Order: sequence, then structure tokens, then C-alpha cells
Amino acid sequence: MTITDAPRIVSSRLRRPRSWTLESYLAGGGYDGLRAALAMTPQQVHDHVNTANILGRGGAGFEAGRKWGMLRKALPVYLTINGDESEPATFKDHALIEGDPHQLIEGALICAYAIAADQVFLYVRGEFALAIERLQAALNEAYAYGAVGANIFGGDFSVDVVVHPGAGAYICGEETALLESLEGKRGYPRIKPPYFPAAIGLYGAPTIVNNVETVSNLPWLMLHGGDEYAALGEGRSKGTKMLALAGHVKRPGNYELEWAKVSFRELIYDPRLGGGIRDDNELKAFIPGGVSSPWLGPEHLDVLLANDAIAAVGSMAGSGSVVAMDHTACPVRAAWRIVRFFHRESCGQCTPCREGGGWLEKILERIETGQGREADLDLLMDVCDNISPGVTWPPAQTTICVLGPSMPPSVAAGIRMFRDEYLAHVREGRCPFPPDRLPRRLSRV
Amino acid sequence: MSEQSPTTGAEPRLAPRPYLTESAVGTAPPAAQADGAVTVTIDGRQIQAKAGQLIIEAADEAGIYIPRFCYHRRMKPVGMCRMCLVEVSGPRGATLMPACYNPVAEGMEIRTDSPMAKKAQEGVLEFLLVNHPLDCPVCDKGGECPLQDQTLAYGPGESRFVEEKRHWDKPIAISPLVYLDRERCIQCGRCVRFAAEVAGDPLIDFAERGDMTEVATFPEEPYSSYFSGNVVQICPVGALTAKPYRFKARPWDLEQVESTCTTCAVGCRVALQSSQGELIRMIGVDSDPVNWGWLCDKGRWGYEGWKGAGRVTVPLVREGDQLVESSWGEALAAAANGLRSAMEKRGGAGVAVVGGARLANEDAYAWAKAARLALGTDNVDAQLGDGLPAEVLLGLPRATIDQAAAAPLVITLGPDIKDELPVLYLRLRGAVHEQGTQLVEITPAPTGLTRYASETLLYRPGEAASVARALVAAGSGGGDGIDRARAHIARAGQKAAPGAPSIVVILGRPSLAEGEGGVVAAARELAGLPGVAFLSALRRGNVHGALDLGLAPGVLPGRVSLEEGRAWFERHWGAGLPAERGLTTAGILEAASRGDIGALVLLGADPLADFPDADLALRGVLGAGFVVAVDTHLTESSRRADVLLPAAAWSERRGTFTNIEGRVTWLGQMVTAAGMSWPDWMIASELSARLGVDLGFARIEEVWEEIARVSPLHRGLPYDLLAGVSHRDGIVAPVGAEPVRPARALDPMADPGIQSAELHKVVSTSLLFSATSTVPEPDGQAPGNALAPAGGPPGGEQEEAPAPPAFLRVPAWDGVVAPPVDTPGLRLVSRRTLWDGGTLVQNSPSLAGLAPEPALRVHPSALAALGAADGEAVRVVSERGSLSVAAVGDPEIPRGTAVLAWNLAGARAAGLVDAAAAATAVRVELADGSGGQGGGDGG
Repeated sequence: MTITDAPRIVSSRLRRPRSWTLESYLAGGGYDGLRAALAMTPQQVHDHVNTANILGRGGAGFEAGRKWGMLRKALPVYLTINGDESEPATFKDHALIEGDPHQLIEGALICAYAIAADQVFLYVRGEFALAIERLQAALNEAYAYGAVGANIFGGDFSVDVVVHPGAGAYICGEETALLESLEGKRGYPRIKPPYFPAAIGLYGAPTIVNNVETVSNLPWLMLHGGDEYAALGEGRSKGTKMLALAGHVKRPGNYELEWAKVSFRELIYDPRLGGGIRDDNELKAFIPGGVSSPWLGPEHLDVLLANDAIAAVGSMAGSGSVVAMDHTACPVRAAWRIVRFFHRESCGQCTPCREGGGWLEKILERIETGQGREADLDLLMDVCDNISPGVTWPPAQTTICVLGPSMPPSVAAGIRMFRDEYLAHVREGRCPFPPDRLPRRLSRV
Repeated sequence: MSEQSPTTGAEPRLAPRPYLTESAVGTAPPAAQADGAVTVTIDGRQIQAKAGQLIIEAADEAGIYIPRFCYHRRMKPVGMCRMCLVEVSGPRGATLMPACYNPVAEGMEIRTDSPMAKKAQEGVLEFLLVNHPLDCPVCDKGGECPLQDQTLAYGPGESRFVEEKRHWDKPIAISPLVYLDRERCIQCGRCVRFAAEVAGDPLIDFAERGDMTEVATFPEEPYSSYFSGNVVQICPVGALTAKPYRFKARPWDLEQVESTCTTCAVGCRVALQSSQGELIRMIGVDSDPVNWGWLCDKGRWGYEGWKGAGRVTVPLVREGDQLVESSWGEALAAAANGLRSAMEKRGGAGVAVVGGARLANEDAYAWAKAARLALGTDNVDAQLGDGLPAEVLLGLPRATIDQAAAAPLVITLGPDIKDELPVLYLRLRGAVHEQGTQLVEITPAPTGLTRYASETLLYRPGEAASVARALVAAGSGGGDGIDRARAHIARAGQKAAPGAPSIVVILGRPSLAEGEGGVVAAARELAGLPGVAFLSALRRGNVHGALDLGLAPGVLPGRVSLEEGRAWFERHWGAGLPAERGLTTAGILEAASRGDIGALVLLGADPLADFPDADLALRGVLGAGFVVAVDTHLTESSRRADVLLPAAAWSERRGTFTNIEGRVTWLGQMVTAAGMSWPDWMIASELSARLGVDLGFARIEEVWEEIARVSPLHRGLPYDLLAGVSHRDGIVAPVGAEPVRPARALDPMADPGIQSAELHKVVSTSLLFSATSTVPEPDGQAPGNALAPAGGPPGGEQEEAPAPPAFLRVPAWDGVVAPPVDTPGLRLVSRRTLWDGGTLVQNSPSLAGLAPEPALRVHPSALAALGAADGEAVRVVSERGSLSVAAVGDPEIPRGTAVLAWNLAGARAAGLVDAAAAATAVRVELADGSGGQGGGDGG
């Protein structure tokens, strides 16, 4: 399914029958990556990761190898895998956990070996019932197989892995909130500094928090080496990326593509990928990297899917979730839906996000239902400015974590790109778009 | 990246703890490591700040105010409300940082008034008001509200919010005393953090998310905490209100006087507030050495007890079996007659004075003098057999609360501090939690501090001394707990700061059902530890002031013994003192029961309720020929008096107070005395006059003037300064025992509603009542607070006087401890609870219902042996008496021990206790009389 000849690094097994079982996994060379890693020194594993320049796949795009290098060497060291993927239109980790749990376990073990972790926690979004069930079953198989636990494959390396289901809070995907949650507390993001759990993390101990997709790269990397991995992609964006394509495309779904080689146009329109806009409608806008990223318009379709290229046009690659919107999409309703999500998931710890989010949601609802005023556009922008001063990208923030600043982009981009449509809501006293999805139905979501 | 070098050696490696706050909310910043000073610029002003200090603290010290809600200097910062965002210029340009969370760094440029900072402040305030109901006109907080004040100062002029606000049911009772209005709440988390971090009662927390975030209790579990009033005190909006104060007053009608709480002996500083002449609210004053602004709920709301219908407001004289209202003249004459006839029969030995812990220092001195001169007796005792001998308590080396909190090791040999001295519990808990202070308990049953103790050494009631002796002994042996405690003792010596005690023993009575002898012996053993000092854990009000001022047998004012101080005081008082050392309360009651006490004066004492031997107390009070009670309330004892003289209560008179440390603080007068009641010093003075002795006092200032002149302990204490704001923290006597620092200014943003004289640049109202210029400057003292240690010769007019007598010393001791006679059955432990059947609690409508049901707590095996169900009523029988009470199994209670709270209605443990016995053996029977349980599992 790649548009280049690049291998599918993390998704190659997803379509195999019973891909989540050890039997299926071993048939495809499963756990050979771990064996290869255990034959190296931890530093050699780390060097491969550095060479490969794997960027964190959770959204922030921080170099995984550099993160590992920041680890404060003290005992105990924890590794936590962040599988709390909960954002609307983001579903790549879901597929990886559900379809290839052994790859995740193997990747986590390779990482644990490289950083000499004493304990691995697989933190999985609680609503992923099937994924949790398969992951736990896979873990049990891996224990029985000797790949996890004491003296892995008869060697000196021992580490335990546990699966920890989340309890339904999106904010626990924020790495410090995830650690609080693991500690049994309310999932409040920790205030920075210190900036990195690698220094002070779970229970105050140095902790690496890596995304599911990030560590799922490691088995392939161990077998093929950092150089082969780094040969894929361009610039900072090496290897491949799982892209979760959603919205008004004919073929939504997960596509693993070589980084920095494919443009949004190809992703959305290539018949092997998105296959074009539904009903061959006109593309109005697309969200390039998760619903917290600023929207791009058709003029940006030729931007390459790469961290730096997307940043250059004022947005981000984020977690790799791309949402296409056709001409029937109402920018107010879309922003309302996105703000509504972030506000409802706001932990309530700090004021701008807790109150500002609720206020934005109410203003957008008012505009969408025809009760808006022209002054509301300035008000929206100023409320956004009080959450994220300047409403720039990357965002400044008055908040503790970036959940609050995730709200303004959809509002600001909508007003910037579709100011006339916002004003049409105000002047016509109703939403001017076909009522195929009325706000009333949305509000029950 | 800060790299920690790998630990080496055998020391157990401790995980770094910066995030392990108990707080359910937020995260505190890592502890500042650096020492030294840095220079930063705030709003263009260069200031010096301590390295690692938070920006908001540095700004506060420089007098630059940064608005705040969640920040409270007695709790860890969490950076939640975002009100304190300031603009900080750094290498990456100007950014907004929460001033409460970020430490200053060298060269930092901070602006609190730049466009960026002001935009953030306005933005946050507008957000906070989005869902705030703005019901200020009907809100208790209106007029003293940080949200109101800061909105005025930093907020936008008007709201742009036109939508519907959030709605909740309101108010909801989260405890019997505290109401929550969630609409007004701004989610600053002060209350949640206090409950978890300071009080250790994490019973409230945030629930839900987004703008529906609410403070909530757990299902079926109210916020029952001894410290719940503090969350009302620190709430920066009207979300948390106190039931006793709701809708009682508007802030601008309140008058305020600073004083000291006398409910227990910790001596928390408080601001008394009244409206229309009625005491209506108390707010804790942030006193660095004592209470840090916190109060317990009994102290906060116990003032109701002084206002209630139970107060005696008119002198009462017995006619037959009735007390009838009288005049002061008649009542004093009746009292004088009764006392005089007793003295005529047996001399001073036939008269006794019991009690005095309720009195202010000046009253205690006046009564100490009156007893020795007018009544000719040394039979005076402020303690009711539930304390410790004055020589021991006053003679041991003393520690302050700060020293205890800073010591590497604290050993408790005393009551359940959480119940009896609640704010001391907060300080000790904080020390254990935040500073790693080690705590070793020597106790007959677990206490409120047990969960924080490194070691809890449980002893059989009556046998504390053997545990103490094993601790002090060299070598090993005595059990694992003893060995571990010894290791703590050894380590404490290495960790002590120079000049400070390395071990502080909190010393009181662990149980009222065991004699004081075993505890005294244990204390004397512990006195042999290197670097040890003692902090008293006697509970009752101003008992330390009473002891320091001579209300103890054989003790004269100023911690001086009768023998050593005789010449000094005879010279100063111009009269002879009693020849013989007098009796303690137990001795007095014993003598009275034999008919040897012709007249008994009860100074606010209720031996029938409080003396730990109800039988002896009753025989004593009945056996005394004539009883004069000086009291505020009708109590079991005072209603049996022949003459009852009404005394002015705390808050109705000024004076001074002495706390567990020996710290003398000011008692302010807020309201006029109830009815015809008089201050106690005046009663002593008038009564003495009718007995032909002029004490020489017409005004309370004259009492203090004499104390300062003749008491070796109180010389140089600047009485007039105590009433002012700079010395509101008080001074530990003798002067020089502790460095005197100027007190912290009151901060209405930390404790909204407190009226800060410093902030408003007005003279403290309590100064209006102070002595100001009538007290001469202490000799050799510069005016102001340049205090020097006492010990020099007294004032100029006594140039030829001999040197003042030395302070009390602990008497010699042969080291022999007689263990209690071993009897079959359980040994009883009885301690006070915060909520009890006492006069104050039961006269406070808000508190009276909080007293728990009495229960005998025993190890479940004892219930099983008895065949009783958990909670079944049983009969507890001792040699002295018996009572019926529910028995509850509790695996924490050591086998062979039974715990029964003191002074709960329905089960007065005093009825079981023999004051003369080293321990109280009890037998538990089924209520129907069958199945008496012997001591099968005892020993």
C-alpha cells in the first residue's frame, strides 16, 4: 500500500490472519529483532536509534534517541508506552495495538534493554477493550515464550511488563498526566519545569515515555540497522509514518508511507490511498496533523508529508492524523466539535483551558445556532489569545500543558480562512450549510 | 540535565521525592537547592533575592504585589490558577511564567505590569468570572474577597460573557460545619491541598472535568476533619463557608482584636472578630513559631461556648440546697467568711486552691500571691491530677515547637497529640512529611500520629519507664522496635544542628488511667539522652502560665521553688510565706475527704469531671467544709459550691498567656464581660482585701508590673510590645531563650477576612487596650525589641536586693521504678478526644453534636474470648466502679489493653480509675453479667 517502494515497517503484519497471536507473529520472524538487540550492547541499540533518527510518533516529534539520552541514570528506571490515543480522527496506535500487539511488546522490550529499564508499563486507552484483551493475551504468550520476565531468552536481561488500562481521560495521553494516572492520582499534567520525565518521572524516578508507533519501529530497526532506516525519508523525517486519513475521502484508513516523499495531494487523491473526496466534491480544507493543528487549504496540497515541510506552512505533522473536509463542511461546526472535545477533556486544573474552553464552546454553539454577533469573531480571537498568546504556531501558552492551546488553531484557522462563512452564520441567523448533520445531532455525540 | 552521582556505600538509597506530594492536585516544584543570593529586576527595580526563592516570594519581600489565588505560602505551589503570570525575559525572548512556581535566577528580568502581563492577568480574571455567579451582595465573602479585590485591581472593567453560567445545587454541606457553594468556586485547589497536604485528611478532591470541575467529597463520606475550618479560612472566594458564621455579619461591620486561643495549650494566635459587641468569628493568625495560621475546629468555633446560656453571669450564694443570685459585695463577704473560719480552725493547711489553667498569667499570679498571703496556704495546684509534677515539667530542659519540628528525632511520651494539641499535630506531621523528621512514639495504644511514626513502641499501661530505660541503655536488646529506635537516636546525634536539641521529647500523660509515676520515671530516663530537650504536652489552656506563676505546690512565681524563693518573695511581698510545702490536687482531695480541708477554692476547676479518680473527687468535694468556685459556667463541681463567683472569660478581658513552650503572648479583649463577671485577678484582689491583705493591684497593668519586677522568669518581658503587631508571636520566657524575630504581617490574600493593621497602616486595635506607657522599660533594656537574656540583677530601686533565686531543677531521683502490681484482666488506657463531653464543647451549639459515641476498643481476640459481638454492649468493671459501654474490636489495640475515651457522655472513665494506682486493671463482662473475661491474653 506504499506509494514508494519503501517497506512497511510497522504495519506489514496487520492484514495477516490472527495477526495478534504469537504463532502468527513468530511465523513472520517475530522476536528476531529482540534477539538481535540482546546480542548487542544497549549502547549499540541506542546508536541504531540515533542513526535512524526516529522522531516520536505521538505528536510532538521529539527524537526518540535524544530522549533516551536524557535519561538520568539511577535506579529504578521506568519505561512507559503511551497507548492512550484518544483524539478524534487519530487511530493508528489503535490499529497497531489491536493488530500487532507482539510487535509493540517486542519494541518495548528492545527499548527497555537499551535504557536498562526496571519495569515497563503499557498504558492503553481504557476504551480499547479489544486491544487491551489482545495485548494482555499477547503478553501472557510472550511470558510463556520466554521473551518477557526473568532472563529473557536465557540471557541476563530481565524486565517485567504490565498492561495498564486508562480510565477514559484524553488528558492522560499527555505524558506527565499519564504518569500521575499511573501513580493512581487524578490525571493532571505536571507543571514544567522540570520538562522531561527522563529526569523526574514516574514515582519521581527517571522515566521514558514513548508512543506505541515509535517503539513498534524498533524490531524492524534491530534487524535492518539504523542506516537502512535512515535511508528512508528525508531530512529530520526518517523512516515511514502511519497516517490516519479521515474525513470526506473515499478511502479513509491507516496508510504507512515513507516520510517526506508523499504529498497531501497524493495521500488524499491517489486511488491507492484516499481515492479522492467523496462524491468527487471539492476539497475545502484539511487538518494535517491531528485536530489540534492549524488547518491547511487546497493551496497546500502539494506540501510533502514531513515534519519540516508542514511546519514551514504554519502547521504540524503531529500524530499523522489527516482530516479532509469537502465543501459541505461548516467551519463553525467543525471548530465547535473540536473545541467541544478539548474542553470536555480539559482536566480543569488551570483556568484558561477550563474556563476559556467552555466559553469558546458556548460562543461557537451560539454562532452555529444563529445567535451570533459580528463582535463574536473578535471575541473568539481574543479568548483564543488569552489561552494561547498571539495565537501563533507553534503556540505560546498561559496554561500548564498544551491541551488548552490545542483549541485555538481550529477557531483561528476557521476565521482566517472562512471569515465570510462565519459572518454568513451571523447575518443569516442560521448555519448556511446543508443540514445533513444538524447541530442537534452533533450535540448528542 | 542535572546528573546525580550514583550513590555508593551501604546507606539505603532513597528515590528522589520532589513529586511525591500527598496533595491530590497539582504538582509542587522540586525543592530549591541553591544557597546564596541573586539579583533580579522586577518592574525595573533591582532586588536581591535568595537563590531558589520563588518569584512571588521575592516580589512579596520587595513589596511588589503579584495577584494570586491558588498560591498560599503555607502550602506547596501548584501554578494552577495562572493569576500570577508575569513576563520574564530570557534568552528565548519574553515569556509568561507563573510567579508562584518559578524560582528567581540571576539576572532575571521580570515585569508584572507589562502589556503582556496585564493582558494575561485580565484574561485569567475574565475567565475566572465566566462561571462565577457574582452574587457578592449576598455572599459572606463580599467585602473581604480576594476575587473581588483583585478583579477591581487587575481585572477587565466589564464582562464580555453573555451565555448561561454553570449551575449547581447550592450550598451543599460537606461536613456538619462547612458548606460548599460550587458555583462560586474558582477551582484554586487551596482547600483540596490543605486537606491532603497540611491536615492529612484527603477527604475532598476535584471531580469531573472542564468547566464542570467541582470540589467534592467522596460518596457517603463527609469532610470530617479536626481542621475543616481552615479550608473556609483560606478559600479566596465565598465557596466554602462556615455554618456558624453564615449570614451573621458583613465584613465592614466587623471589629478585630488579636489574641491567643486558650482552648488548649498550644497557644495559636488568632484574630477575634465581633459584630455589635458579639464575638462572631475567629481567624488563625499566621504566626511563624506556633500555628502558621492554622486552627483546629474546636479552637475556631469553641467561642460559642463562652456566649451560651450556660454562662454564670451573677454571683451566686448557697441558701440551703439552692444557689441564689447575689451581689458581689454579699458573695465576696460570704466567701471571705467561709475561708476565714476554715483558716481559724486549721490555719493555712486547712485551705486549698485547685485549678487555674483557665486563668490568664496575671490572674494566676494574683491567685498565687493571694493563696500564699491571704489564705496562708501552699495547697495550690493548677493541675487536676491529670498533668505532671511542676518540678519535672519546669525543671527539664525545654524545647520550642520550632525546635521540635526541626529536630532530627522527636520522641512522644504523651497523649494523642492529634486530639489534645491539634495544631502541634499539624506541625509535627509537617515536619515528618516535609523534612524527614523521625518520630518515635512511646505509647500504650496507637495515636493519630502513629501512621507517621518511624517506630511506635507500645508499652503495657504503667510500664513506660521500662521502655524508656531500654531505649537509653547502651547496647542492644529489648526487641526490634527498641533497636531501631536506638538507631534513630544514634543518627539524631549526628544530624543535629549546632546549638539546637537533637532529640525533642514531647512529654505529657499518655493515659489518665495510669499513674503519673511511671511517666515521670520514663521522662527522667529519657532526660539522659544526649542533646535532649522537652516540649510539654499538657493540654489544658494556660496551665503553663499557671505553673510558671506559682499555682503549684512548692512552686513560687517565676519557676522558683518555695524553699529557694522564700527569702526573695518574703522580701518583695513583705509578708511571711507558708512554712510547709502544700499538697497536690490528689493530696488536697484526699485530705478534704478526711475532713482536713475546711475551705476549697476552685479556680475554673471541675474535679468531678476532670480528676482521674471520680470517686476520690466526689469524696473530696463533698468533704470540703466550704467551697468557693470561681467559674464561667455551672459545672458538676461549681454547682456544688457554697459561693460561685462569675469570672470574665477569654475574649472578655485582656492579659497574657503562656503556651507549651513557655511563650508569653497577648490576650486581647474583644467584647465586654458577660453580666456582672469580673476578671480573676480582680476577684483575687477583692477577696484578699476582705481577708485583710492588700495585693496591691488596681489595674491589670499593675499586676504585670509586679510580675516583671519580682518573677525571675519574666524580667525584661516587654509587656506593652506584646499587644502590638511586631511582637504578636510572643516571647519565650525567660527573655533570651529564643531569638525574637519581628512577626509576619497579616496577609488578607492568604487568610481572607483578616484585617491587616500593617497593610492598612493603622494601629492595631489591640493596642487600644494595651498598657502603653505605664510599664517602665525593663532595666538595662533599650526600648523596642532589643531583648537581652534575663539573669542580671533586678531593677535600680532594689539595688541592695540579693540575686534572684535560681529556676527549678528536677529533684534528685534514685532511679527506682515500681512497676504496677500485675493483675489479671485488661489494663485500661484512657485519653481525651477533641470532641468530648467537656463544658466548652457541650456549650457550643455547633460542636456539641460532634462528640462520638463512647466505645471500649479492645483487640478482637478479647471480644472473641468474651463471646461478644463487635459493637455489643459490655460491662467494664474495675476495683473502683463499673460502667456499660459498647465494645469494639480493633486489631491496632495491643492485646491486654482496653482503650476508652475520657469524658464522653455515657461512659466516664474516671469512674474506673484509682488515682493512687500505677495502672487501672479492668474486667470486661457481657452486659447480662455472664462470661466475665479474665486476662487470658494479657501480658
